[in-house]
Amino acid sequence: MARKGSAANRRHPLATVALIAIGLMFTGGGYALFSSTATAETNTASQTTIDEGKKLFAANCASCHGLDLQGTGAGPSLLGVGAASVDFQVGTGRMPMAMQGPQAMQKTPQFTADDTKALAAYVASLSPGPAVPDDSLLDGKGDASNGAELFRINCAMCHNVAGAGGALTEGKFAPALTGVAAVHIYEAMVTGPQNMPVFNDKNLSPEDKRDVITYLKYIEKNPSPGGYELGSLGPVAEGLFVWIFGLGAIVALTVWLTAKSN
Amino acid sequence: MSTVTTPDTAPAPAPTQSSSQRSSTSRFTEAAANYIDERTSISGVVKEFGRKIFPDHWSFMLGEVALYSFVVILLTGTFLTFFFQASMAEVVYNGSYVPLKGVEMSTAMSSTLNISFDVRGGLLIRQIHHWAALTFIAAIGIHMLRIYFTGAFRKPRELNWVIGFILFILALAEGFTGYSLPDDLLSGNGLRIIDGLIKGLPVVGTWISFLLFGGEFPGTDIVGRLYSLHILLLPAILAVMLALHLVFVVVHKHTQWSGPGQTKDNVVGSPILPMFAAKAGGFFFIVFGVIALMGTFFTINPIWNYGPYDPSPVSAGTQPDWYIGFADGALRLIPPGLEFELWNRTWSFNIIIPVLILTGLIVAVLVYPFIEAWITGDKREHHLLDRPRNAPTRTAIGVAGVLFYAALWGAASSDLIATHFQLSIEGVIHVNQALLVLGPIIGYLVTKRVCLALQKKDREIALHGFESGRIVRLPGGEYIEVHQPVDEYERWKLVDYNDYQPLMIRPNAQGKITAVQRFRAGMSRWFFEDRIAPVSPKEIERGGHH
Repeated sequence: MARKGSAANRRHPLATVALIAIGLMFTGGGYALFSSTATAETNTASQTTIDEGKKLFAANCASCHGLDLQGTGAGPSLLGVGAASVDFQVGTGRMPMAMQGPQAMQKTPQFTADDTKALAAYVASLSPGPAVPDDSLLDGKGDASNGAELFRINCAMCHNVAGAGGALTEGKFAPALTGVAAVHIYEAMVTGPQNMPVFNDKNLSPEDKRDVITYLKYIEKNPSPGGYELGSLGPVAEGLFVWIFGLGAIVALTVWLTAKSN
Repeated sequence: MSTVTTPDTAPAPAPTQSSSQRSSTSRFTEAAANYIDERTSISGVVKEFGRKIFPDHWSFMLGEVALYSFVVILLTGTFLTFFFQASMAEVVYNGSYVPLKGVEMSTAMSSTLNISFDVRGGLLIRQIHHWAALTFIAAIGIHMLRIYFTGAFRKPRELNWVIGFILFILALAEGFTGYSLPDDLLSGNGLRIIDGLIKGLPVVGTWISFLLFGGEFPGTDIVGRLYSLHILLLPAILAVMLALHLVFVVVHKHTQWSGPGQTKDNVVGSPILPMFAAKAGGFFFIVFGVIALMGTFFTINPIWNYGPYDPSPVSAGTQPDWYIGFADGALRLIPPGLEFELWNRTWSFNIIIPVLILTGLIVAVLVYPFIEAWITGDKREHHLLDRPRNAPTRTAIGVAGVLFYAALWGAASSDLIATHFQLSIEGVIHVNQALLVLGPIIGYLVTKRVCLALQKKDREIALHGFESGRIVRLPGGEYIEVHQPVDEYERWKLVDYNDYQPLMIRPNAQGKITAVQRFRAGMSRWFFEDRIAPVSPKEIERGGHH
């Protein structure tokens, strides 16, 4: 009894909890360290840029995302989203949102490139996350064939095989990918904005992402050999075209052929 | 022609020579014609076909559009068979299109890519073939609408309506088999939907699917099988039916609009030889030209975007070609959850209900001429067309049918409607579901009323003329607007149509009134209860003075 009691007393009642907490901290921290080393580059942004970003954040973003990025009822926490996410959301004009809706709409960016960079630096300075990709991954000189296959398997079900976009549930949609900057395509894959899933580096390696961008830039730069694409929307656009313009022209011609001269 | 005109322009000093030349050439023509006729008796056929009269109205040329686009399909299709290989053997693509280099695909897909990129003129011909196919079926569609709304399917032409409708179904089958041949992602997804549709049939579904695909989907047989159907069996049946269709058109003579001098006993227009043949020949090139322009300037089915078929990816915006859209729409509109479990089995009605509804729709269109003939009890021959307003119930039924089809058709593009008008896809589907049911009902009621109103207006114009816009003050101070009477030719159009009465219920030989008769009388009442009688000559006489 006494031995048992003394044995029990030897350990603090919270020792088990503390042990688990320490264990979790090591594994979790180790994992975070490991996974973030792949993408998070050393923060080279100067302190002045970060301070600049902090001011911009407080003035434009904090009302929804919280002064410490912790999030509020109106917007999610931005801890751990990384510079890539900020650069994508702000750089494409999706943030700040014009209004709440099924999803944030793309519009003319509200911030200059420098301001965007400052915001990204500030958010990245508070917690690690995916960084803005290196230019070498965005040159569009990868393997278009591999990129096309990856795109068909991973992206086409929402974005359409030619990147023309598609519908999602409840008014949400996958936007068209034509005219989207390579850096934004890459950041979207890494951060999974809105309804898009994250394609992390184990899922699609940085080279794979580069190939996907190569393919998208290939079809953007090489217009369809068959002539005007009709939005690359597939049979619906073709059917609409044949009824309105094809048959429309032919019926107009029949009317003209059988018209009596005045 | 030229043999007659050359002697006139020949130098003057040789008149004898020119006349002898003329007689020798005409003697040769005579002898040749005689030679052929004695051995083939072709003159009878030429007489019959050559003297067939075609009335002039734009809507009578829609069937021709279908015919000519079919010819375009045959010509371009023959070219494509020289290069297409209907095999599902795996090869590694190594042609000109960079983003597919080194990708494994079937021989069918790789040969289609070669047609598109490495055969001279191949892409143009492929695109013309596909655009012509879309035009072909669309032209059949509006041709059928013309026949329906003008009542041209009535006796003696009911059978030709049936043949024509079978041609339409064959064209759908041709279109679908063609769509599936390249073995790209889009065609494979289309086949997967058909496979699901077949497997959804109770009991027999799985068996039929395995029979069709030679095992589990997709197998390695389907492209070869579809190819046989697409270039051999279906075109053969189609060509025979088409010939029959045209022979019937000649046998029945062409229908025409009612007008002064145009009666049920004659046909006013130009004969096939030479006038109409020349016109039709020109029109063929016009249709070919429009289709060729589409093939030149507008991409259709860019298989290089879709890539080879692979069961895992499905592209957003995957749809069938427009003519199968109604079936795709039916699958999208059927509400979920129509299944239950009984005896350890799941009984699903999600597929069989749309399939039955579509089958019902197809059968209803097929037999409509017989239904209408039975309801109206009209056994006369009809060679004069109805203006749609003069058959309000038929026109209203037609509009209801068109709206039903349109709701299904629109549903097939629900995702694109959602993205392009920034709507939610669920909302689009629900609106379409409502339109599928309410659209035909509202369309029916509105159309019938509009037809009756137009008939009333015609009656008013026939009797009192049209408003001239000239206001006259009478000596007594009264103002009237002068109504100008229509001329005889215009009036004819307004007054010459059939006036039907609902059938009376009459007891049969046993003195009994059967339930069938009651039903028929009820249907007839529904058809003809609301009607505006045509203006009689007597009324016209009294017209202005009352």
